[in-house]
Amino acid sequence: MRSIRNGAVLAVAAATALTLAACGSSSSGGAGSGSASNSGASAVTLTWWNNATADPLKGVWASVAGSYHTAHPKVAFQIDPIQNEQFTTKIPLALQSGSPPDIYQQWGGGQEATQVKSGKVMNITKLVAPWIGQLGSAAEGWQVNGQQYGIPYDLHMVGFWYRKDLFSKAGIASPPATMTELNADVTKLKAAHIVPIAVGSKDRWPDAFWWEYFALRDCSSTVLKASMKAINLSNPCFLKAGEDLQAFMKTKPFQPGFLGTASQQGAGSSAGMVANGKAAMELQGDWDPGVMSALSTDKSLNSKLGWFPFPAVTGGAGAPTTLLGGGDGFSCTTGATAACADFLKYIDSAPVQKKLVGANVGLPANPAAASALTDPTLRQILAYSHASPYIQNYFDIAFPTNVGQAVDNAVADFFAGQGTPQTIITTVNQAASTS
Amino acid sequence: MARGISTAAAADTSAAAAATPLAQPARPARLRKRLELTLLLGPALILFVGFVLAPIGIAVYYSLYNWSGFGPLTEFTGAHNYSLALSDPVFRSAIEHNGIIAVLSVAIQLPISIGLALLLNRQMRGRSLLRLVVFAPYVLSEATTAVIWLLMLQPGGFVDKALTAIGLGHLVHLWLADLSIVLYTLFVVLTWKYIGFGIILLLAGLQGIPAELREAAAIDGASSWQTTRRIVLPLLAPTIRIWIFLTIIGSLQLFDIVWIMTGGGPANASVTMATYLINRGFQSYEFGYASAIAVILFIICFLFSLLYQRFALRRDTRGALTRAVG
Repeated sequence: MRSIRNGAVLAVAAATALTLAACGSSSSGGAGSGSASNSGASAVTLTWWNNATADPLKGVWASVAGSYHTAHPKVAFQIDPIQNEQFTTKIPLALQSGSPPDIYQQWGGGQEATQVKSGKVMNITKLVAPWIGQLGSAAEGWQVNGQQYGIPYDLHMVGFWYRKDLFSKAGIASPPATMTELNADVTKLKAAHIVPIAVGSKDRWPDAFWWEYFALRDCSSTVLKASMKAINLSNPCFLKAGEDLQAFMKTKPFQPGFLGTASQQGAGSSAGMVANGKAAMELQGDWDPGVMSALSTDKSLNSKLGWFPFPAVTGGAGAPTTLLGGGDGFSCTTGATAACADFLKYIDSAPVQKKLVGANVGLPANPAAASALTDPTLRQILAYSHASPYIQNYFDIAFPTNVGQAVDNAVADFFAGQGTPQTIITTVNQAASTS
Repeated sequence: MARGISTAAAADTSAAAAATPLAQPARPARLRKRLELTLLLGPALILFVGFVLAPIGIAVYYSLYNWSGFGPLTEFTGAHNYSLALSDPVFRSAIEHNGIIAVLSVAIQLPISIGLALLLNRQMRGRSLLRLVVFAPYVLSEATTAVIWLLMLQPGGFVDKALTAIGLGHLVHLWLADLSIVLYTLFVVLTWKYIGFGIILLLAGLQGIPAELREAAAIDGASSWQTTRRIVLPLLAPTIRIWIFLTIIGSLQLFDIVWIMTGGGPANASVTMATYLINRGFQSYEFGYASAIAVILFIICFLFSLLYQRFALRRDTRGALTRAVG
């Protein structure tokens, strides 16, 4: 879940730094001894680093590993749940070391490409070829130069989560479909003394969502794909995205002091504000209701929440149905056996995918599990994503890590009034030139 | 005993020590001394070399490459990372912020610490309780402190409500969201957190001042202020110098509270060298560049330590270290 991935989980972040030295995780499973050719012959233990430190996902992974072991007695698992923030520090260290985990959490994109440089990430293209087609275009996000180095197990989509009660209080009949309508709604909400939009600028990546969505509306998907590939934002449509964002921000749609607001921690966070009726909407991923329910005592919160896609932008070259999203997945390392890739196949099989949907982790990577989705809003998002012509991975994941971070930093600075639409582009292109 | 210490301190100049007429013990004793030295210094030396000196050397090595942290180091760039860092306005402002925190700490925390320590050193009712209250924040971990203050400083949070309640509503600001205020907000939190440390250190220093001196001064008719100014403060000076040293080093390495409360933001308005280092290293995976930052941070701290030792602390350590070494 991105929710855990990116949130600067307060205390844990500091604790991470402190315990880093002490937690050389016990990845001493004897899996390194096996090779792809003799798999099935000898027993292996696959070390599995995932970010499920809490139920329900933790329990799901344990049962998935258990049932796979029952069917394949020679493959055992050592599951190491690792707090999400720690992956950014532990993965580079593990991939530099002689004993990386056999399976580890993978968000794909340019970050995956950066990791592939280590030579320790397994190319599973041939092993997954028979079944990867089931996932559709979603699997492309886990490719590097057309080669599959990981697979997704769930997908995430970014859009507006809004409170129906506050919208009707402000006299808004239906969610906005264009920027003009959104601007009008912001005015109406302000007139009703309701904070129109909450944003968690302290974490930087929620800011980036805004700029990226304007880019999705202003740039055609052909330009987007080419720019991602070339790691270059020189196309004028990206400048227009910044200008559109600038114009929108002039209407002051966000809560006071949004620069210091976290996105997911505490009732004062942007998610907490929407959850507690302090703001009418926020631009966030599909995980948001889960985050909100933990920050509010309102039992009927879910029925008050609605979803709508990012509005159409006048004069934009992008299709108004293009989505910004991403997902969670796994990679195998070169020391693992072919059993690893086979296990990934199992994770993406319909029964396991249905289990994951049941645990409310996100939208299923395998459309065959769509029927298990019961929440009407999530069903709406999934249907919308299936109809979408193009799903763009979050820029900070799609680009190589340093460029992706440059996007987040530059847009966050822009939100704080530092820089211009051009600065964002210059900064990102500069970072790209050194990557 | 005193000999033992001075010899240990001069371990690296043992040849010189052995040449002095004082140190001419019998052969078996010398052997035993060497064995003792090896046994006592060995483990510490191994740890020091392995976990302090070697990592510094490795960081210097990494800093000469453009390296994402994955794969072999192939792209040698020489001092490019250093020139890049020193010309980056964000890193420059990080150095500036560390400097501001260091100067403010000495200028504001020191007088408060001395004042409170002198106060708490007096005989009065509830002294233990007061000491406990003042020292309590220091016992909290940095992470806990940061989270508590983060919650209190939210717009409309405890601090804002408290100010409004006592009629100071006009003082309410966007404590963590205003680019021109956020660094000073953090400084207030740091002061709250570390003032107890200064007080405890100074109280310990005050215990070391012989009561006879005050009594003698009192007999000679010195006023309370004169006693404090002429006797207590000069005798407290070594403690104060140590406190300044620890505080400035702490300010230069400032990380956890800033990282949790603002992450260096908004728009780098509260960025410090250490948060910049983590951002570029572990978030952007520019490990070569981040290593250069780490080396610069190290050099700044090291130079400061050397100069401070040489010019400020030397008089305090004279007679302990200096006699044996020089």
